[in-house]
Amino acid sequence: MTDDSAVKTPVVGLFATCAVDLIRPAVGFASAALLEDAGCTVTVPEQSCCGQVAWNNGLGAEARVLARQLMAQFADVDYVVVPSGSCASMLKNHYPTLFSNPQDILAAQEFAGRVYELTCFLRDVLDYRPSPAQPTAGNEKKVVYHDSCAGLRELGIRTQPRDLLASLGVTVVDPQDCDVCCGFGGTFCVKFEDISAKMVADKARNIAAQAPDVVLGGDLTCLLNIAGKLQRDGHDHIDVRHVAEYLADATQHPAIGHSE
Amino acid sequence: MTEPGFILRSREALADPVLQSAMDKARPGFVRKRSDAIARVANFSELRDKAREVRQRSLRDLDVYLGIFERRVTAAGGHVHWASSTDDLRRIVLDIAKAAGARTATKGKSMIAEEAELNQALEAAGISPRETDLGEYIIQLAGEPPSHIVAPALHKTRPQIADLFRTAHALGERQLETVQDLVDEARRVIRSHYLEADIGITGANILIADTGTMVLCTNEGNGDLTASLPDTHIVTTSIDKVVASWDDASAILRVLARSATGQAITTYTSFYGPRQPGDLDGPSHFHVVLLDNRRSSLLGSEYQEMLQCIKCGACMNHCPVYQAVGGHSYDSVYPGPMGAVLTPLLRGERGDYLLPHASTFCGRCEEVCPVRIPLPSLLRKLREKDVREHHQRGGIWLIRFYVALARFPRLYRVATSALSVLSAKLAKRGKLPRLPGLGAWQRKRDMAAPQGASFQQQWRARRKSR
Repeated sequence: MTDDSAVKTPVVGLFATCAVDLIRPAVGFASAALLEDAGCTVTVPEQSCCGQVAWNNGLGAEARVLARQLMAQFADVDYVVVPSGSCASMLKNHYPTLFSNPQDILAAQEFAGRVYELTCFLRDVLDYRPSPAQPTAGNEKKVVYHDSCAGLRELGIRTQPRDLLASLGVTVVDPQDCDVCCGFGGTFCVKFEDISAKMVADKARNIAAQAPDVVLGGDLTCLLNIAGKLQRDGHDHIDVRHVAEYLADATQHPAIGHSE
Repeated sequence: MTEPGFILRSREALADPVLQSAMDKARPGFVRKRSDAIARVANFSELRDKAREVRQRSLRDLDVYLGIFERRVTAAGGHVHWASSTDDLRRIVLDIAKAAGARTATKGKSMIAEEAELNQALEAAGISPRETDLGEYIIQLAGEPPSHIVAPALHKTRPQIADLFRTAHALGERQLETVQDLVDEARRVIRSHYLEADIGITGANILIADTGTMVLCTNEGNGDLTASLPDTHIVTTSIDKVVASWDDASAILRVLARSATGQAITTYTSFYGPRQPGDLDGPSHFHVVLLDNRRSSLLGSEYQEMLQCIKCGACMNHCPVYQAVGGHSYDSVYPGPMGAVLTPLLRGERGDYLLPHASTFCGRCEEVCPVRIPLPSLLRKLREKDVREHHQRGGIWLIRFYVALARFPRLYRVATSALSVLSAKLAKRGKLPRLPGLGAWQRKRDMAAPQGASFQQQWRARRKSR
């Protein structure tokens, strides 16, 4: 860390996202551990939903209400860090487009300037490297990284998680069609279950063809989808985890969809 | 409750092994060829910006450019007709065809003719339409609409095409195994049609106002024979196709074929206008029919950017939903992401409004669109319009309920955490058992169980105990 940041530790508000909050708290704790290791003070303000599910389903007014609520909840932190490309992009790219009056737009833009996806924040803002001295979860493993669509295309996240993993000695392999959607798509996966099932079947087949030990990614929802399909197809030996768990060496919990 | 048409059609498409094998064959080629083609130019991103700028400028002053185009065509001895609806377009074309005493018409590929179902109207009037584009010819034989705006017979396999040819062409025993066999036979059959045709009907890729010129891009040369050999050439196209100048047209041509087929330019890129004194040959009669069909209502609206579309098909070539279910599932001549925007706006039946929902917002369409149409954002606006005007979509009450709960963060925290704890208790080997309400997820994949109390609850408990 530089001297400047040693003087003033940035206060980071962690927005865990609904999926992490309700299904996999381990990702929230791993994210907090990484941010603290990188020299931040982490707070978890009272929070619920960012409004993306409303915004993407044609409920603009509902999305605006939740956006205003979230911006107020995170008004006092230096940064808002989100362990999800999709939710981070909602806060960073979509909030400023939700409103029509200049005051709201300016407030949303100011807020958006403080929002970062977790791996972007660690890599691009803090120049953090998880130290190889930390005992890692085995860097000899074959790792596939799934680039979730919103992170990849709306936030340009591709090198950041790979750079962070590289400092643990992990090299990532890319399966065929690695830039194609896994078929999650929020409510898409239940509204269009057959199409979603076909998309995740293609994704799981391409991943399984690499015979990886681990699948990592930055968005828990996509990982739930991929893990669910891999396991349904009998690929139980492939561990699926959020990249934060791996970077923070928080792999004592069973992988997604696994038990002790 | 009966399931919506798109859901039913897409389910059938997913279960159709022939269609799936046709899609599997076509998909990688389109993606690879485009990506190779844009890698060969140093500044493709700038070319896209330029093409978008051209399209935006032409839409901004569309009335002006259309007026200039009409005057130039008329001054050169041609005719411009305005069709506000597809009914108008059919009537105008039939009037011209009857005046020409037409019995047969050759047709180049025209999505506007497809949109207006022109073939059916010609047939009903006793005029035999003969498609000359190979893909269009195949689907005409099959009696089907196109499944792709650039490759209309994308959904057909080689054996299916061979069967169609054997039924349609009385040519006795012959080899129809290879693509070459099929192309050779189609060429022989279609060639005779050119010479018999009384009128030729083509689409237009671009209209140039400055000189009253229409631009025709094809790879088979069929469009040129259709446009040149009969004594009457009718162009069926839409009002959004006009640009100011040849420079503007070239900006579009630079991105069109690269995005569509991965070519630097189409094999035949031709420029037509009315026959001029001194021309050695060419049709005596040149008509341009300009279809509106609600397009003008999009000008100045939040959907105007959709009219920038140059019909390259890159969005559907890269769309995982289109690639999974094929074009016919959309029940529209415009499928894929561009179709999911255009169909509700141009046709606007209630069922059409399901199409904008059939996207994961993965953003690949916008990423490849040569004129940078923000397709996901337009789809999202249409979802909002759908909810606003049609009020109900299955399951939206659940989202409303969730949002209502989320407005009370403390209640949300306690209630959702309790639900997580409860479901964690139900877990079997890390997964949720089959539960009513989770069927749409669990029919094809497992659902991981929550780890226990929510992150927020656990975080609070840990901080308190410090």
